[in-house]
Amino acid sequence: MSELPQRQTDIGPPHYSKFLPPVIKENYGKWRYHEILSAGVMVHVAESGAKVWTVRVASPRLVSTDFIRDICEIADKYCDGHLRFTTRHNVEFLVSDESKVDPLVNELKEKGYMIGGIGDRISNVVHTQGWVHCHSAATDASGLVKVMMDELHEYFTEKELPAKVRLAVACCVNMCGAVHCSDIALVGVHKTPPRIEHDKVKNLCEIPSTVASCPTSAISPDPAKKSVKIKIEKCMYCGNCYSVCPAMPISDPKNDGVAIVVGGKVSNLRSNPKFSKLAVPWLPNNPPRWPEVVENVKKILNAYIEGAKKHERLGEWVERIGWEKFFKVTGLPFQLQHIDDFTFARETWRMAATFKW
Amino acid sequence: MPQKHPTPLIDELEKGAFPSFVKEIKRAAESSNVQDNNYAQDLLGQLELSYKEKKTHWKHGGIVGVRGYGSGVIGRYSDIPDQFPGVAHFHTIRVNQPGGFFYTTEALREICDIWDKYGSGLTNMHGSTGDIILLGTKTDNLEPVFAELSSRGWDLGGSGSAVRTPSCCVGPARCEWACYDTLELTYQITQRFQDELHRPMFPYKFKFKMAGCAVDCIASIARADMSIIGTWKGNIQIDQDEVRNYAKNGMDIQAEIVDMCPTGCMSWDGNELKINDEDCNRCMHCIAKMTKALRQGEEKGATILLGSKAPIVTGALMSWVIVPFIKLEPPYEELFDLVERIWEFWDEHGKNRERVGELIERMGFPVFLKETGIEPHPAMVKEPRRDPFFFWSEEDVEK
Repeated sequence: MSELPQRQTDIGPPHYSKFLPPVIKENYGKWRYHEILSAGVMVHVAESGAKVWTVRVASPRLVSTDFIRDICEIADKYCDGHLRFTTRHNVEFLVSDESKVDPLVNELKEKGYMIGGIGDRISNVVHTQGWVHCHSAATDASGLVKVMMDELHEYFTEKELPAKVRLAVACCVNMCGAVHCSDIALVGVHKTPPRIEHDKVKNLCEIPSTVASCPTSAISPDPAKKSVKIKIEKCMYCGNCYSVCPAMPISDPKNDGVAIVVGGKVSNLRSNPKFSKLAVPWLPNNPPRWPEVVENVKKILNAYIEGAKKHERLGEWVERIGWEKFFKVTGLPFQLQHIDDFTFARETWRMAATFKW
Repeated sequence: MPQKHPTPLIDELEKGAFPSFVKEIKRAAESSNVQDNNYAQDLLGQLELSYKEKKTHWKHGGIVGVRGYGSGVIGRYSDIPDQFPGVAHFHTIRVNQPGGFFYTTEALREICDIWDKYGSGLTNMHGSTGDIILLGTKTDNLEPVFAELSSRGWDLGGSGSAVRTPSCCVGPARCEWACYDTLELTYQITQRFQDELHRPMFPYKFKFKMAGCAVDCIASIARADMSIIGTWKGNIQIDQDEVRNYAKNGMDIQAEIVDMCPTGCMSWDGNELKINDEDCNRCMHCIAKMTKALRQGEEKGATILLGSKAPIVTGALMSWVIVPFIKLEPPYEELFDLVERIWEFWDEHGKNRERVGELIERMGFPVFLKETGIEPHPAMVKEPRRDPFFFWSEEDVEK
């Protein structure tokens, strides 16, 4: 191996100013307004009158270095060697010369990039690693994103919705994506308790921290076996013990599946930020295309499109019509699992005599 | 290199309109730029098996890293290394992204070249927390990658019980609504807490996210222990001509703006838009829908909220207000001082794997305020308590 350069520590990231396009540098903090020109193009106008056009394209987030080199080549040609990514994994090309916008869009189209995601549409999907890279994944994340967006891509590239619809996928309840505050989100769930590999516990796990990891106190020491035991009826399959103790695997291919949660948001626009709520407790893990999951997502999205007022986010629509009506208009069955029995349960029960038939 | 393992199931995910991650893995598996194609080749094989068996084939972590750091590398091993030796080790390197996710193509190519030499040629642009994720290499390559990256001005991000890589929205770089410089604050926080970021020393993780306004494009209120959300004081600035232009161009100002205002503080008579700013809660709806006509008030700053996290383990939390308004200008000493007081409280009382939000729930918000010296303010609560069970301290009672 050739000689390595001298390493440095604790230098932090490069300062962002090294990477800003000139038009951004010149108008930093001095933007006046912006206009959305199409599903994938917007323009920001500065106090000075300077303009920057943004062209947004989708990315699968898991990308090869060759993908990055491809977009660099495009950015060299049209954007003087500058580009950025969004918080939802899209790629944005920033153009300061209006005459370059159409040629850029044309070249992106020719090369098969998916342009869109701006405005009242579905933007890219925030998601986790899944079977590609995670030890606790109950399902795959990239695959679910792909099959869902294959069906919904027109809402990225073209069709408008009542408001933005933010999708997210998490491969387990750790929810390393923004599932707990998204309009429609998928989460990988378990249905069966962890199995204790007693012979491995004593070598791999610290018993007090394993016991303490359980939010329902289902785990207690088993001194005879120098291991732990589980009170099965108390376990709600969160898998936190497995995070602490690798000798308690919880994955169960026959029973692991996907839940759908809906109605969350992070923005403060109009109504306060909201948590997502359970719409479908379990659907089968049916790779490679998870048809049951996709069908249910479409069912929810279509009911929202049908019922929501302009600017109303999915959660705002449901709150206006009521959750009892949400189950009616979507046709989703309401079952025992929908009723909360965890930490914040009481706040979710109906303490009023008013509801719709 | 031609494909080593047949992948009929995941090949299905090359079809369809949305860009395909399977295509990307195949590109890395076949690319002549990538020095060792076996990573991506065997990743395809192992992923195919996961699709067939409906289960993951990654082992449970493992402690690997670079010298002097306790974070920045996620150890990952295949549980069937004999079958897929290319991913026997498949460690992730988190590289601290530049603020606002802006790059030059030169910088990106530099990272690609390093990664092609030492790793799988696969990345996430970006990970959920914000880092550049270099996906998959072996233990022996960690030091070389780090030397190559750091000598060129890049550093690793956070992992484990450490400060996680701070991240922000696009902010003043390309947004008219940024009430403070999210990129600069993110940079300064990251620099200030390098030690806490690289050397896990906390009960659990601690995330910072900087959002320039209440639209919160970085999801700070849901995903950061400390959520810093830009806001303002003073009246919303109205350009009545532009309001009339929106009306002329088809916007139903009564229905879309006035009736959707959560505080009912607006009125529209067909000619003039009026706002009773005293009642405005600065939700941003009207400003976001009429970008040309309405601008935020002139005194800019931020609200600091604390405590959000995903459901593991006692349920998801959203951050709540601990500082209603703070001016955020360099050198940010007031903020850093607050952060250090919060960490002291957490360090003193936090249990292993207890996030700061959970700790405050367990100990009580008033205890937290008292110990960190933050004055109570009505903006901190939706409503006062419902129960009569409150504490007094010794100085409050007659002896």
